[in-house]
Amino acid sequence: MSGVTLKNAIKRYGDIQVIHGVDLTIEEGEFCVFVGPSGCGKSTLLRMIAGLEETSDGQINIGQRDVTKADPADRGVAMVFQTYALYPHMTVEENMGFGLKMNGVPKSEINEKVAKAADILQLGPYLKRKPKALSGGQRQRVAIGRAIVRGPEVFLFDEPLSNLDAELRVDMRVEIARLHKEIGATMIYVTHDQVEAMTLADKIVVLRAGVIEQVGSPMDLYQDPDNRFVAGFIGSPSMNFLEGIVEGGAVRVPALDNKSIATSVSLPSEGSKITVGLRPQNLSVNPGESSVVVDIRERLGGVAYDYLSTATGERLVVETKGDDFIASGTHVTIEFAPQTAMFFDAETEARLR
Amino acid sequence: MNPALLGLITIATGVVGCVGYFYLSNLILDTFIFPARDIGESEARTRRTIMIVIAIAVSLPLAFLIMQNFLSGSVLTLSGLFYSLVCLVVIWAAFWCARKIGPTEPSTSGQNINRANMIRPWLFIFPAFFALSLYLAYPVFETLRLSLTDRLPGNRYEFVGLDNYIQMFNEPKFWESMRNNMLWLIVVPAASTGFGLLVAQLTDRIKWGNIAKSLVFMPMAISFVGASVIWKLVYDARPEGTEQIGVLNALYIWFGGVEPQTWLTIPFWNNFFLMIVLIWIQTGFAMVILSAALRGIPEETVEAAIVDGANPFQIFFKIKVPQIKTTILVVWTTITIAVLKVFDIVFAMTNGQWETQVLANYMFDKLFRANDWGMGSASAMIIMLLVTPILVWNVRNARKEMQ
Repeated sequence: MSGVTLKNAIKRYGDIQVIHGVDLTIEEGEFCVFVGPSGCGKSTLLRMIAGLEETSDGQINIGQRDVTKADPADRGVAMVFQTYALYPHMTVEENMGFGLKMNGVPKSEINEKVAKAADILQLGPYLKRKPKALSGGQRQRVAIGRAIVRGPEVFLFDEPLSNLDAELRVDMRVEIARLHKEIGATMIYVTHDQVEAMTLADKIVVLRAGVIEQVGSPMDLYQDPDNRFVAGFIGSPSMNFLEGIVEGGAVRVPALDNKSIATSVSLPSEGSKITVGLRPQNLSVNPGESSVVVDIRERLGGVAYDYLSTATGERLVVETKGDDFIASGTHVTIEFAPQTAMFFDAETEARLR
Repeated sequence: MNPALLGLITIATGVVGCVGYFYLSNLILDTFIFPARDIGESEARTRRTIMIVIAIAVSLPLAFLIMQNFLSGSVLTLSGLFYSLVCLVVIWAAFWCARKIGPTEPSTSGQNINRANMIRPWLFIFPAFFALSLYLAYPVFETLRLSLTDRLPGNRYEFVGLDNYIQMFNEPKFWESMRNNMLWLIVVPAASTGFGLLVAQLTDRIKWGNIAKSLVFMPMAISFVGASVIWKLVYDARPEGTEQIGVLNALYIWFGGVEPQTWLTIPFWNNFFLMIVLIWIQTGFAMVILSAALRGIPEETVEAAIVDGANPFQIFFKIKVPQIKTTILVVWTTITIAVLKVFDIVFAMTNGQWETQVLANYMFDKLFRANDWGMGSASAMIIMLLVTPILVWNVRNARKEMQ
């Protein structure tokens, strides 16, 4: 078992650079999630670690070994693909044992390892079946089993749950978490789903346009985002952003009837515009004299999301308890603790601290 | 009249005829045979009578035409009985149709529409079905009949049982054809599919792959006879000491050979020189289909195999080939059928001399040179017997692949 280190990793396709010098250390046994919007380069980065994409510049280490130019098979990694990538002409058993067979492992040992992996993933009854005869969830389990059997130092998951339906996705998520606990190997997991990232990760890497925006534990990223992008990406529903104006050491928010938020962060010069970030969970609404109107209310049972529109045209989402009912069209006032508000530079989008 | 004009008229007639057939037949079906309205009891009875009258009006003249055109001599000969049977079948079929589509019970508009929709597919399939029976099914039976008869002077035929077959089996030339056909059967499909797969795989990722593929595919556009002429020049031999215009002999001399060889007259090996022509043509076909199949393999399975540590050969043979197995089989069997029918190449290059005879050329020899219709038909039947199982298997595989 060993960690993964990337030093100034760069990927170019011809003249176009898609990964811009990524520096990252993933500790041994850590569950690291790459998250970001589609096209941000997270899959490319994973494939660079796997060796399926050539690294144009920089260095990738697995454990102490420099694997930048090594063949995928020699890196000690195993990969689980979004489309499962099972070999359709082989049975589950052969699929799982293929990697070992290619490496000349004796048959008895292969059988033993396959049986053990099948046991962990409850695939025992399906060993003689072809992938065609399995459900989506079972296929993904076989793909994971194929990775386990090889006993790799690092597991790579490329959006493994995207092809499953919502219910199964939750089940498999739990199963992968359990697997990580059981095996304890280093795992790198790519997803665009921030819920998966939050629930699974020891460490989240938020990527945008080939650049790391922030690295940290899920709660770190949630509570203390470095910039507006991370703040907006992590958390569901996503953070509300309103325009604010610095006035007398506090921030005036035009959308909320010029409400002034007192804060101790270092604000830019008087009169400059900044962005105010408010998490839906930290807001509460009450009917009252205000220019904010309830647009739509989504009731999910336990909680409800109120979609509000303000006089300035900006929109807000507020998470409320599901039981109290405010009809749409009602004017509401918004309350929140001033210390829960976050402030971002309007230009650089960096967090003001 | 100008031939071009004639051609245009033919095309126009064909198109108008097709459109007219489909339009009118559906019109008749929907407005007259099964109109979309309720039909009462008395109307049903009159309609049925009309149907039967039409059936008689169509089938009896047809039967008369068949008898007049095909029957020579008495009805009490074998062919006479055969055609009588055909006529009976025609008449019976006409009556059966009339009864089916003209029931006596009253029917509702819904029933009528459903019935019309059950018949409609048959209207569409009928022209193809008719053409196939006329140009494929009927010749098969006629060939079978001819293979069991001898042709006598005065355009008469005599039933001789299996005599033609027995005579054929006693000819060494027939067994030579059988042996050569088997050789072709083993070598050509294997070589064409193999080379096709090789080219498809090798050209898959390189920049000039498409140019290479076009070049390999090009012989497909050349007729068998044209290809034979080209290769006959390749194998050409000029007297010793003169300039060799055949590429093969030129190379042979250049590499130190003394006497120019007449390649096509070297028994046994000349078969392979002929096969090369067909391989040259069919490789392009195999390549195109297999190349498409290779492209259809999910990229991830290949990547998974790379991560699993398979080398390029193992990826090709253990991951790619098994996934396109059905396509390979279809290509293989399709070429096999082409091989069993091979005629033009042998005809144009050696005409079966020097032990290169094949079944199709043997058939041509018997049928059109020796004018022995009986034996010619018998050898045609043998070819059909050999092709049929492969054809059935091919269709099955193709169907499996489509699923």
